Amino acid sequence: MNDHQVHIDEHRDDEGAKTGMWIFIFTELLLFGGLFIAYSVYRYLNPLAFHLAAEELDTTLGTINTVILLVSSMTIAMSISAIQYKNKKLTLILMGVTLLLALAFMVNKYFEWSGKISHGIYPGSMTLQEASRGELLFFGLYYAMTGLHALHIVIGMAFIGYVMHLVVKNEVQHDNFVILENSGLYWHLVDLIWIFLFPLFYLIT
Amino acid sequence: MSEAVNQHTEVSYLEYKGRFKGLFAWIFSTDHKRIGLLYLYSMLVLFSVAALLGLAMKIELIAPGKTIMDAQTYNSFFTLHGITMIFLIVVPGLPAVFGNFFLPIMIGAKDVAFPKLNLLSWWIYIIGAFIALSAQFIGDGPPDTGWTFYAPYSFRTGTNMLPAVTGAFVLGFSSIATGINFIVTIHRMRAPGMTWMKMPLFPWALYGTSWIQVLATPIVGVTLLMIVLERTMQIGFFDPALGGDPILYQHLFWIYSHPAVYIMILPAMGVISEIIPTFARKTIFGYKAIVVSTLAIAFVGYFVWGHHMFTSGMSGTALYTFSILTFFVAIPSAIKIFNWVATLHKASIDIQTPFLWALCFLFVFMVGGLSGMVLGALSTNVHLHDTAFVVAHFHFIVFGGTGYAFFGAIHYWYPKMFGKMYDKSWANIGLAIFFTGFNILYLPMFYLGMTGMPRRYYDYVDEFHGPNIVSSLGALLMISGLIIIITNLVRSAKHGEPAVADPWKGKTLEWTVASPPSLENFEEIPTVTKHPYGYE
Ligand code: HEM
Ligand SMILES: [Cu+2]
Repeated sequence: MNDHQVHIDEHRDDEGAKTGMWIFIFTELLLFGGLFIAYSVYRYLNPLAFHLAAEELDTTLGTINTVILLVSSMTIAMSISAIQYKNKKLTLILMGVTLLLALAFMVNKYFEWSGKISHGIYPGSMTLQEASRGELLFFGLYYAMTGLHALHIVIGMAFIGYVMHLVVKNEVQHDNFVILENSGLYWHLVDLIWIFLFPLFYLIT
Repeated sequence: MSEAVNQHTEVSYLEYKGRFKGLFAWIFSTDHKRIGLLYLYSMLVLFSVAALLGLAMKIELIAPGKTIMDAQTYNSFFTLHGITMIFLIVVPGLPAVFGNFFLPIMIGAKDVAFPKLNLLSWWIYIIGAFIALSAQFIGDGPPDTGWTFYAPYSFRTGTNMLPAVTGAFVLGFSSIATGINFIVTIHRMRAPGMTWMKMPLFPWALYGTSWIQVLATPIVGVTLLMIVLERTMQIGFFDPALGGDPILYQHLFWIYSHPAVYIMILPAMGVISEIIPTFARKTIFGYKAIVVSTLAIAFVGYFVWGHHMFTSGMSGTALYTFSILTFFVAIPSAIKIFNWVATLHKASIDIQTPFLWALCFLFVFMVGGLSGMVLGALSTNVHLHDTAFVVAHFHFIVFGGTGYAFFGAIHYWYPKMFGKMYDKSWANIGLAIFFTGFNILYLPMFYLGMTGMPRRYYDYVDEFHGPNIVSSLGALLMISGLIIIITNLVRSAKHGEPAVADPWKGKTLEWTVASPPSLENFEEIPTVTKHPYGYE
């Protein structure tokens, strides 16, 4: 490789990388924003049906998942402090815990969804076709929004897993950890979106 | 050869040998200049195809009744034409080609902030293009909804909508990636001394554009996703039969797609703001006013989407509000026109091909903008909505505005990009034919629209025959002009005279480096002390 190539690859700007991540997070918020608009419009048009449909959701499962995500946000934030104290082992443990919590969230989600599906509540099912238009919309939005959120959990897990790999290889260290910070930012975003989804679907009935 | 040609010892980015060879040295290159050219070549191919589809439609319309194709083919032609032109060419166009190539050089940087992300965005673009275009060949026939994918037809039609919508969704990511990249590049990588108010106007325009790309694209992304879910999983977001509301689709679509028209036009305005001072040999008049207008357009452009839906059903208050805001958004564009014209006042102008493109731009852009005002007024809109008038409006402004700026840009920066000069007389002849054809093609459509000819039909009543003949002949003339222009450019890349570093006596940073630039653009990062257009 010619030494110029090296120059360009060497260019490192943590501040820039973080700015980029923040902007990306805005775009993610706006992506969900479209669905939130649809939710508000249809809730406004079908208040009663939304009320009845929300009763069907399991608030306990929802609460457990909220707690899980909040704790995982904390552990990933702690891992960023750990790396700054040069404690590689603790960093990896905290990241691992974050991943386990994310997995727990998904397992929970699996039970929640399969419960709904066994009651015949899923897009296109017979039960829903007989239900009112409002309930149909509620569950359509429920699956679309929590589904898109679950997809983000999976992407976040892959991202954190990848950064763990970099920590193991010592490519992320106390003086070079912006990618860990960025994965943390992403994870907070996933958490934040859930903080909105939870009351909208489970709490306000 | 003049002294400026080879004063630099570095090999140019075109000859530079990296890790990969042959084609791979291009499709895996993270060099912003090579990526710019990758986009240019991809778009050239797509543009030629889409332009021929347009020509075919005009031939169909040369006489009433079926001429060369049936209704269904016509429907799929305007859909494919629209999808390709909008999502694959004018939306990414100027930023992806000239932004990639010149943004870093113009602000004195060696590359963009995230070169790998930059390459990724080209790959996403190509993948998105393949997905969108595959709709033509697989499944139950090419889509026929138009580029707007209006609900409920977009999930009722038996045609192959899914790939078209998914492709547009994927392309959004490419747009977002470029937007993020440019914003961070501009914030973090300006050369020492280049304060915001010393930044040239093309980078400024890209900055405004990038924010729109970042803040508007996700909305259309999720809207298209909803169409996908609607078609695959029967979630009734927009289907009245399932409880949804088709008007909501229109709102969500235009919340993106109106700002998207500014994604198309802002960089075009940036290009014109570069060309005019260079050939007028004068500092641009009202630099700050142009900067502020750029940001104002980016901002106000978010609040006018309703003007596409005046006839769809909205409250009276909403109608008035959207109409008045539409009038507001025209003000900053008009300010820019005044500034460009004022720059020309008492200037000793060097009349060259890029300058002629800029002049033609001013004309077509003004026709397009003024016809936009006619559409923005409520009472006239009801009469003109969904007629050929709208088609004429947006062709004057999208093809006229963005398209002319694109050709202006390529004639302006060609010597820098390829290190060769094109044949100037052929370039001017091509432009003259193209410009004449363009006006003969689109002006009659204003008239047709006013007398009531609807858009998106392959047939019409006899009363419309005359103007349609004129319009179709204009299309043939325009395409001949295009062929001359493109042939001249392609030929000159090989046979043209070698270009000097600063053929137009420009003052911005790209003219201080070799033609073509070296891999790293600058041997030493320059320090900027002067205003970008320091002619006096
Ligand atoms: C002076 C500024 C402008 C005004 C006041 C304006 C106004 C309008 C209005 C009111 C419509 C809707 C017409 C209808 O469907 O009934 C329209 C359509 C359109 N405009 Fe503009 N416009 C302006 C500038 C632009 C620019 C800068 C672009 C793009 C570069 C653009 C691209 C379009 C397109 C593509 C459509 C048609 C969309 C479709 O397929 O329905 N306009 N414009
Ligand atoms: Cu608009």
